[in-house]
Amino acid sequence: MAVRSADYVLKRGFFALVTIFVAITINFFLFRVLPGSAVSDLSKVPHASPKLRHALTVEFGLDKPKWEQYLIYLKNLAHGNMGVSFVYQQPVTHLLFADLKNTIPMVTVGTVAAIVVGVFTGVLSAWRRGSPPDHISTNLAIFAYAFPTQWLGLMLLIIFAGILPAGGMSNPFVFGTEPFWQHLGDIGVHMILPAGTLMLTAYGSYTLVVRSAMLETLGEDYVLTARAKGLPPRRIVWRHAVRNALLPMVTLIALELGFIVGGALLIEVIFSWPGIGLAMYQAIGQRDYPMLQGGFLILTVSVIVLNFAADLVYFRLDPRIT
Amino acid sequence: MSMQIQEPLLAEGPGVPPRRGGFFLEVLRQRKSAVIGLAIIAFFVVLSVVAPYISPYSASAATCAVYAPPSPQHWLGCDDGGIDMLSELMQGGRISLVVGFAATLVAMVIGGGVGILSGYFGGWMDVSLMRVTDYLLVIPDLVFMLVIADLWGASLFHVIMVIGILEWTSTARIIRAQVMSLRERVYVKRTRALGAGNARIMWRHILPQVGPLLIANTVLTVAIAIYLETALAFLGLEDPTVTTWGTILEHAFERTAISSGAWWAIVPDGFVIAAVIVGCFLFGQAVEDALNPRLKAAHLSLRRWRLRPLVGRGPDAI
Repeated sequence: MAVRSADYVLKRGFFALVTIFVAITINFFLFRVLPGSAVSDLSKVPHASPKLRHALTVEFGLDKPKWEQYLIYLKNLAHGNMGVSFVYQQPVTHLLFADLKNTIPMVTVGTVAAIVVGVFTGVLSAWRRGSPPDHISTNLAIFAYAFPTQWLGLMLLIIFAGILPAGGMSNPFVFGTEPFWQHLGDIGVHMILPAGTLMLTAYGSYTLVVRSAMLETLGEDYVLTARAKGLPPRRIVWRHAVRNALLPMVTLIALELGFIVGGALLIEVIFSWPGIGLAMYQAIGQRDYPMLQGGFLILTVSVIVLNFAADLVYFRLDPRIT
Repeated sequence: MSMQIQEPLLAEGPGVPPRRGGFFLEVLRQRKSAVIGLAIIAFFVVLSVVAPYISPYSASAATCAVYAPPSPQHWLGCDDGGIDMLSELMQGGRISLVVGFAATLVAMVIGGGVGILSGYFGGWMDVSLMRVTDYLLVIPDLVFMLVIADLWGASLFHVIMVIGILEWTSTARIIRAQVMSLRERVYVKRTRALGAGNARIMWRHILPQVGPLLIANTVLTVAIAIYLETALAFLGLEDPTVTTWGTILEHAFERTAISSGAWWAIVPDGFVIAAVIVGCFLFGQAVEDALNPRLKAAHLSLRRWRLRPLVGRGPDAI
């Protein structure tokens, strides 16, 4: 048992590390080597003085061969140095981590809401399969993920215009003056629409996965046994079936992370949520390549790390995996 | 001896349609959802083809007031430039479908090629190709597309390529699993014994066998491609001179459709996008179910198909 887990964790950990390294390398190639690569082409830096150009050339070693630039890039990354934003004239690392702190709560709330709604609708669908509620919930789920994320966000904006704040993370006119809990409440109100959009766009696949996993589980012998023992249906469903049916959810949550990150980016743009997605979107408009590069790297690495974490959770939950 | 026992078992294995020619007719006959899905897809394809002849107004010239509400003359109202929304939706559908199908073609060529090579040769080729696939599966694809599309510059061709070169991974995995079992079939071994080369076996004997699976994948990938096109367009990475279902949403958002109360510039667009995606999903799903009941978990993640690794682990992992 101990050997099994050590072996598995090492294997997955190694894969995660290799993937991160590949992401870092691809990032270098995209921005430095390929045609149109932005960082090495200083003519793309807006309003650069000769002095700034020289400073950038020295910092990134642009006058040196590519492989040497690659080593410099790796060394800088190891020190947490992702360059300086062209627009804000501040270190990218510093700026993006501040943005990431705004993104994480919104994405967490939205994802958790999606999981809760998905599990409930999925379980009810499977329990009452073939009934009108099942048809309604399954079709709603399919449509929820067929509608584009940005469209769902715009719909919420139209429906709740004037009722809930439509953009930003807090009321700019009271910021800094009110007590802490009030400030927190303000953020919470601003979070309803962005997190709600994320919930709508993500919950559909959870509903369907829970429904089909439940249908499979409800056909198992131990469910029959539970029924034969005379247990009440509610207890059979929630205590016996759901616990096993939730296993695929762990994998699905991990594997949908990439999609959630993409959706969060669109949502931040719609609701002006000051997160890392909005920062990247603005970086595109402003040709701020160090920010774009940094944002891509941070998001990719986060998804890889979270995937690894989900692998470990799944491994703990399901003893059949070796 | 053992081969003679295995052969009939394998013949009933996943992915072997009863008759190749009549397979799709069979699916359509048996599954209502396939008929509905195909009807939706056909409707939009036909509509796109005849759009220039039946669209009531020009899709590029102003024919009414800015954000004019729906009226008997303009059923879906008008957009920020006074362009009839219905005509714009028809025109946008043409480009969106072209992007969807073209990007899917790119994805199918790469995914089918990687899947067949990986499954057929195995060994180091399999390992290295599957590492690349795993990597692309794990990274957040919209973010990656955003970066590439931005570096390359906003154009229709770049949008197609960017979607195509990132959305082939699920196809590659499915085809690979299929080819790994096909490779061991007796008919392939006999063909090789008769002196056929690898290229001929793959082209003449493996590819036709994975054809239906590839088609099911194609339809599902079209849905993903259309979805991603709207997202990229929304982020301003679509060619500014074309009209697609994605740019309609972008314009409405950028040009204050919401504060003007012009819901008609937003609502119908979402419904046509969702309709096409659901259509592709119903049809592709039905075909795939018919091909391989074991894959029924596939519909669980329309966009990413990432449940597939769940379906099997070890040698029969998909």
